[in-house]
Amino acid sequence: MLTDALIAGLTLGGMYALLAMGLTLQYGVARIMNLSYGELLVSGAFAAHWLFTVAGIAPLAALLLVVPAAFALSWLIYRVLLTPLVRRAPNREALEVDTILATFGLLFVVQGVLLVMFGGAYYSYSFFAVPVHLPGATVAANRLLALGFAVVVGALLYLGLTRTRLGTAIRAVAVDPVAAQLVAIDVRVAAAFAFALGGGLVACGGVLVSMFLTFNANLGVVFTMKALIVVIMGGVGNLLGALIAGLILGLTETFVATWIDPGLTLAATYAIFLVTLLVRPQGLFGIGRR
Amino acid sequence: MTPRRLIVSAAAVVAVGLLACVPLVFGGYGLSLAINLMSYTVLATAWALFSGPTRYVSLATVAFFGIGAYTVAVFGEVFAWPVVLVIALAIGVVLALIVGLSTLRLSGVYFVIFTFGLAELVRQLVTWYEVNVTRTLGRYVFIDVTTAQIYWQLLALAVLVFIAGILIRRSRLGLALRVIGDDETVARHVGIDTTRAKVTLFALSAAFITVTGAVMAPRWTYIDPAIAFNATVSFQVLIMALLGGAHRLYGPVLGVVPLALLFEVLTANFPNHFSILVGAAFMLVVYAVPRGVAGLIEEGRGSLRGPRRGLST
Repeated sequence: MLTDALIAGLTLGGMYALLAMGLTLQYGVARIMNLSYGELLVSGAFAAHWLFTVAGIAPLAALLLVVPAAFALSWLIYRVLLTPLVRRAPNREALEVDTILATFGLLFVVQGVLLVMFGGAYYSYSFFAVPVHLPGATVAANRLLALGFAVVVGALLYLGLTRTRLGTAIRAVAVDPVAAQLVAIDVRVAAAFAFALGGGLVACGGVLVSMFLTFNANLGVVFTMKALIVVIMGGVGNLLGALIAGLILGLTETFVATWIDPGLTLAATYAIFLVTLLVRPQGLFGIGRR
Repeated sequence: MTPRRLIVSAAAVVAVGLLACVPLVFGGYGLSLAINLMSYTVLATAWALFSGPTRYVSLATVAFFGIGAYTVAVFGEVFAWPVVLVIALAIGVVLALIVGLSTLRLSGVYFVIFTFGLAELVRQLVTWYEVNVTRTLGRYVFIDVTTAQIYWQLLALAVLVFIAGILIRRSRLGLALRVIGDDETVARHVGIDTTRAKVTLFALSAAFITVTGAVMAPRWTYIDPAIAFNATVSFQVLIMALLGGAHRLYGPVLGVVPLALLFEVLTANFPNHFSILVGAAFMLVVYAVPRGVAGLIEEGRGSLRGPRRGLST
C-alpha cells in the first residue's frame, strides 16, 4: 500500500514538476501569467487520445507531433495575442493584470471548443497497461513510462537551460529583462521562445497524463491551479524548486487520496498553498522578493 | 450641497423609484430579465468596489455567490429569512477574511492564483461534505418568496452597494485604496496599512456578492454544487465590470446592461457555443476597450481629471 502510493505519488508529482517547469518559463521569463495553461494540457491529452484511437499512433510517437504543434501554437499566441499587451503595458504589474485577463478569456474559448468537439464526458484509453511487479507493489507500465519520460524531458530542459547559450540567455531574461538587453540579448525573442517552450512542455505533460489518467474538457483549470501552486512553492523561475515542490504536491495528494478521501485532494493542495503563503511566500528556494 | 449634487441625488431617487415600479408593470419574462440585470448590477459593482481601485483581479465571485445560494438551500427552511441572510453574510465575510489575510499581505499575483481555484475548492468541499456526511447531493429550495420580492431585495442591495461605494470614495479608506492602486510601495511609505485597507474592502465586496447569491437562490428551486459554483458566473461578472469600466462606481452598470442582454440572446440561440462566444467577447473587451465604456466617456469629454486609474492603464 505504501509503495503503491509512493509510486503513484511520484508519477503524479513528476507530471506536476514538468507542468510547473513549463509555467515557470512562461511566468518567470516571458512574464506572462497564463491562466489558459492547463487548456493546452487537456488539448494535448485529447490529441493523444484521438491519434491513438483513430489513427493508431502510439502516445510516445504522438509526442513528436503534439509537442512541436503546441510549441508553434504557443509561439503564435505569444506573437499575435500577447505581444500587443507587452507593448502596451507601462510596467510589470500592468502586464500581469492584462495577461491574466486575456488568458482568462482564452481559457473559456479553448474550453468551449473542446466541449463542442468532445463533450463533457471523461475519456481514457488503454495503452501499455501491462502490470509490472516491483518489490512490494504492482504498477501499470504506462505510469512508469510516463514518469520516465517526465524525468528525461525535465533533465533535458535543465541541461538545455544551464549548458547552452540560448538557455543562459533565457535565464538572464528571467533575472532582469532590462540588464539582459544591455548584454545584447534580444529579450523579445527569448521571451517568445520561453513562452513557446512552456507550451511544448505542457502539451508533452498532457500526452503523458493521458496515458494513465482519465480526463475531460473541464480539467484544464485544475491543472493550471496546481501548476501555479507548484511554481509559487518552488520559487518563481526556479526549476529545481519546481521539481521538488511538484513531488511534494504529488505525494501529498496521493497520500490524502489513499488514506483520507479522494474527494479532498484539492483541499490538500490548497492547504499546502496556504501554508506556503503564510510561512514562505517567496517559495522553498526563492530569494527574498516581496 | 451644490446644485449639481442636488440634481444628481434627485435623479437617483427618481430612478430608484421608477425601478421599484418594474414588477408592477412587467411580469413573466420581463421581470425575470430585470432580476437578471439587477443581480449582475450588484455583483459587478461589488466586484469593482474592491478590484477597481486596487487592481487586484478577483476570480472568485462565484465562490461567494455559490456560498450564499447554498446557505439558503441548507438553512432556508430552518430559520427566518433575515436570519438566513445574516448567516450567509457571516460565512462569506469569514471566507473573505481567510483569503484576504493569507494573500493580500503579498503581491497581487498570489491573490489572483488563490481566487482562481477558490470556487473549485469550495465546490469540491461542499460535494465531499454532501456525499459523505448528509449523503444527498443536490437540494431543493422551497422558500415562500415571490419573484417581485426577489427583485425588490436585489434593488435594495443595489442601492446599498452604491451608497457604500460613495461613502468609501469619500472616506480615508477610499483615498488609501486609490493610493494603493497607483503605487503600493508609495502607499506603504506614507503610512497606510495597506493589508488592512485591502482586506476590509475585499470582505465588504464579498459580503455583497454572498448576499446576492442568497437572494437569488429561490430562483433555482433545485441546486447542486455544479449549479451553485458555475465558473461562468465569475467570468460574466468580470467581463461586465471591465466593459463598463471598473475604475468608476457607475462603470460596471454600463457593462451589465448590454452584456446581460447579449448573454440572454446567446444562451437562447447558441447554447453549445456560449463559452466560446463569451470568451471571444471578453478578449475583445480586454484588447479594444481596456478602460471600459466609462473610460471612453471620459476621453470623449476630453477631461481626464487626475492620473489615469483603473484596471488597465
